[in-house]
Amino acid sequence: MLRVDAEQCIGCGACEEQCAFGAIVVKDGCAVVGDSCTLCGSCVDVCEAEALHIEEGPGREAADLSAWQGIWVFAEFRHGQVAPVTYELLGVGRRLADQRGVPLSAVLPGSGVRGECDALIAAGADTVYLVDDPALVQYREDVYGRVLEELIRCYQPEVVLAGATAIGRSVIPQVATRLGAGLTADCTGLDIRPGDGTLLQTRPAFGGNIMATIECPDTRPQMATVRPKVMAPAEPDPDRSGEVVEVEIAPEHLSSRVEVLETVVSESEQVNIQEVEVLVAGGRGLEGEKGFALIRELAEELGGAVAASRAAVDAGWISYPHQVGQTGKTVCPKLYIACGISGAIQHAVGMQSAEVVVAINRDENAPIFNIATYGLVGDLFEVVPLLARKIQEMKK
Amino acid sequence: MELLVCIKQVPDAKDVRLDPRTNTLAREGVESIMNPFDRHALEEAVRLKEAHGGTVTALSMGPPQAEAVLREAIACGADRGVLVSDRAFAGADTWATSYTLARAIDTIGSFDLILCGKQAIDGDTAQVGPGLAARMNLPYVTCVQKTRDVVDGGIEVERMMDDGYDVVRLPLPALLTVVKDINEPRVPSLKGKMKARKADIPVLSAADIGAEEACIGLAGSPTRVVNVFSPEPRGDRKIFTGTAEEQVDQLIEHLRDFL
Amino acid sequence: MDYFLTEEQEMIVETAREIAREKIIPVRAELDEKNEFAASILEDIARADLFGIFVPEEYGGLGGGCFEIVLALEELAKGCVGVATTFAASALGIFPVLIAGNEEQKQKYLPDIAAGSRWAAFGLTEANAGSDASGIQTTAVLDGDEWVLNGTKQWITNGGEAQIYTIVALTDPSKGARGASIFIVEDGDPGFSYGKKEDKMGIRSSATRELIMQDCRIPRDRLVGRKGTGFITVMKTLDVSRPGIASLGVGLGQAALDEAVTYAKQRVQFGKPIIGFQAIQHMLADMATQVEAARALVYAAARHIDAHPKNMSKVSSMCKVFATDMAMKVTVDAVQVLGGYGYMKEYPVEKMMRDAKILQIYEGTNQIQRNVIGQELNKEYA
Repeated sequence: MLRVDAEQCIGCGACEEQCAFGAIVVKDGCAVVGDSCTLCGSCVDVCEAEALHIEEGPGREAADLSAWQGIWVFAEFRHGQVAPVTYELLGVGRRLADQRGVPLSAVLPGSGVRGECDALIAAGADTVYLVDDPALVQYREDVYGRVLEELIRCYQPEVVLAGATAIGRSVIPQVATRLGAGLTADCTGLDIRPGDGTLLQTRPAFGGNIMATIECPDTRPQMATVRPKVMAPAEPDPDRSGEVVEVEIAPEHLSSRVEVLETVVSESEQVNIQEVEVLVAGGRGLEGEKGFALIRELAEELGGAVAASRAAVDAGWISYPHQVGQTGKTVCPKLYIACGISGAIQHAVGMQSAEVVVAINRDENAPIFNIATYGLVGDLFEVVPLLARKIQEMKK
Repeated sequence: MELLVCIKQVPDAKDVRLDPRTNTLAREGVESIMNPFDRHALEEAVRLKEAHGGTVTALSMGPPQAEAVLREAIACGADRGVLVSDRAFAGADTWATSYTLARAIDTIGSFDLILCGKQAIDGDTAQVGPGLAARMNLPYVTCVQKTRDVVDGGIEVERMMDDGYDVVRLPLPALLTVVKDINEPRVPSLKGKMKARKADIPVLSAADIGAEEACIGLAGSPTRVVNVFSPEPRGDRKIFTGTAEEQVDQLIEHLRDFL
Repeated sequence: MDYFLTEEQEMIVETAREIAREKIIPVRAELDEKNEFAASILEDIARADLFGIFVPEEYGGLGGGCFEIVLALEELAKGCVGVATTFAASALGIFPVLIAGNEEQKQKYLPDIAAGSRWAAFGLTEANAGSDASGIQTTAVLDGDEWVLNGTKQWITNGGEAQIYTIVALTDPSKGARGASIFIVEDGDPGFSYGKKEDKMGIRSSATRELIMQDCRIPRDRLVGRKGTGFITVMKTLDVSRPGIASLGVGLGQAALDEAVTYAKQRVQFGKPIIGFQAIQHMLADMATQVEAARALVYAAARHIDAHPKNMSKVSSMCKVFATDMAMKVTVDAVQVLGGYGYMKEYPVEKMMRDAKILQIYEGTNQIQRNVIGQELNKEYA
């Protein structure tokens, strides 16, 4: 419960302003907590009068945390290769393991995946737990979940990281639930707190409007899915050595209630916006499909691809695979040109790690200018064609 | 076919802005809405009911005012709504939420299919659906973009992947989380609205669902939010001035490396 | 202004508004450009139960009247007059059955209309019978147990898309207007086909087509009302339907006003938003006043008609003239407020202006409406 100390409260309203959920209001000079309080604690932090406290009821019993050691990375294997996010996880995992002074391991379930072990070791893994079984040829939530759960119960790592991919975000929550472990989704930052060695997991919260740092104080393992393309991939070192531990999983854990009848790789999404170096993105300001024709021309001139804000996708001007932001993809191109995008933080979280951000918007107060490297204040219907023409002229 | 849909009331994220002066959330005029993904889950449930018969139950966990989304669900075709609400649930993370929902579902009946939105737009975790399936020991598939068929006690669906989709068959009872591509939700009907206005929405407390105190709310949550802060702005920005042409020229000058 | 709507009426407004916002506005420009009939939106309207608002409860409807239709049409018209016209035309097409049909006919057709699973259309106009309906040349002859229809109807809204057609035909050509009767013709009846699809200036998301009856044979029980009473039914039908067309004008005028005010607040010229200039303010003030005046008249007329007075032609015509002339003027002014942008297809007001024109023409031109009003005055002051 969030308790208000009426003696201490000065009715300043800082908590009311801070609360993202509208759960606290100042009435008659004192803060009053409503039912929509989520106990996020952000009001406690801003209260200068120290009038707010979160009281916890009887909590879970703290486990023996010292029995859990090591950093684990779930190596995702699909269509004959290890997903790129795995190497990003090994990069950050190596750093965390070194800080903690513990080994870094990769867990590699799949069928015919043995050949990938060396690359995982080269990317920083001290140990690879290999589960190579034909039952794992297709991704099935229950089997993959069971395999991970068994391994975690057996080897007791303190941290388990997975990519926040379709597979990672689907399989990890059930594992965490059954293990009674804390899980943080879609992290964009990971650190070890000096002293107690707790994993600090940072992620955008509340539609990305705020960042929240989350920890799991009393449970192990500490589990997190990590946004692809946010962490730098590990530099491979072919001279690194490591151990491959092949694990047999009991057959009853490999049977599934789910049957994958067919796997279709989509042809329509020719361009993956996460893979290109130049993105020209459009938002509500493009006003329609015709606006997108303009930015398509500019993207062509620059040899890049077209991206969009959620507003533009919701309006049906362009399809979902082009969406950048909180509910879309995270991109980090060398150049990101945002046209008619206001730059609400939900969008910003998906593109702010781009090397150079150019913003074109007629509202000089648009938040996009706060995260832009270069800003052009003007009518995009004038600026974008002009820019495309000048670039074309220059190329000649 | 007995169907259950989990629905969350969320603040309308598209209205939420960070106040550039105070760096706090500007909440004015932000409405509470049905989580958009859940709207698609509800629509799919109603379509399955229309095709195969049965009933649709909408379940929500939240403060008393979350009753509004359940009435909306009834207006959109659900047969009944059940609210799980108790101050003791406050501060629940996804672990405690999936526990609470599972207890509530056990209390209200048995279902052939449970549908959830892929994620809620306020938290964006996408963890409650799979967590709930794990609690209830149900086979599940996330990110369903199409339900193809319901036959012989099973359901065949297309699951969206990062690079395409899988066609998956699973036996009922089961749980699905759905993406927006799955359907185009209907507008609440007039008859539905009239029904919703009169509907009785039972409210279940922690005691009603037999929840253990150590598993609900903040106490039952393995995760803790320890810090909340605003994302940092970019430092080295340059806003050009002048006519469109002058600004474009300046930009091209700065972008030479890329061109 | 508060028009003291009941809770049920508020729900109708809210539902139609949601349809307009969620289903119509996102696609209206595309439908307009492609001249495409909005079948899927009609399905949405059906699922929302809106087709049932004017059907009595015993036939699966909600039992509303002219006022409920007006409320729904106003909101739909804010989205797109083309889509709203389709809805209005379906109501118009089934009114003769509601007004003069027998119990079997009502049982047969009204539940489907209420559910929105079948749509209707009204077949009156012909090449030589527009404002002068007595020029009708389509004939119906009884042959055994079947009526045989011959003739061509022109510019029929929902033609080719509806499944139920109410057709006005002469059963006794020698009597002129007094020899007209109304028949129900269904899609697929032998000898019934569709002619050319029109390419229109506005309301392009509605279907407008010829209906061709060539020895079209229909069962005897498709005659609506008694033989020879067709014109009386037509007049009663139009009396009830005209406020609906008037409300399309109100919705359209309101939508154009909304666009104009929103734009005027955003558009900066000479260093300030143009709404700060009196020239613009006065235009907007006139537009707003006219929209509100029209709404008040249409609502009053619809409520008057729902009280089933003996004579309703005059108020029915008055609201149609006033609200549709208003819509034409307000949409033209909205384009003017938006200036060059208003003339471009990127902004919705140019479509609104094109859509407005038909309101002054169909369901009785505004000149004919004035005739009706004039004749009524003449009678009143006799």
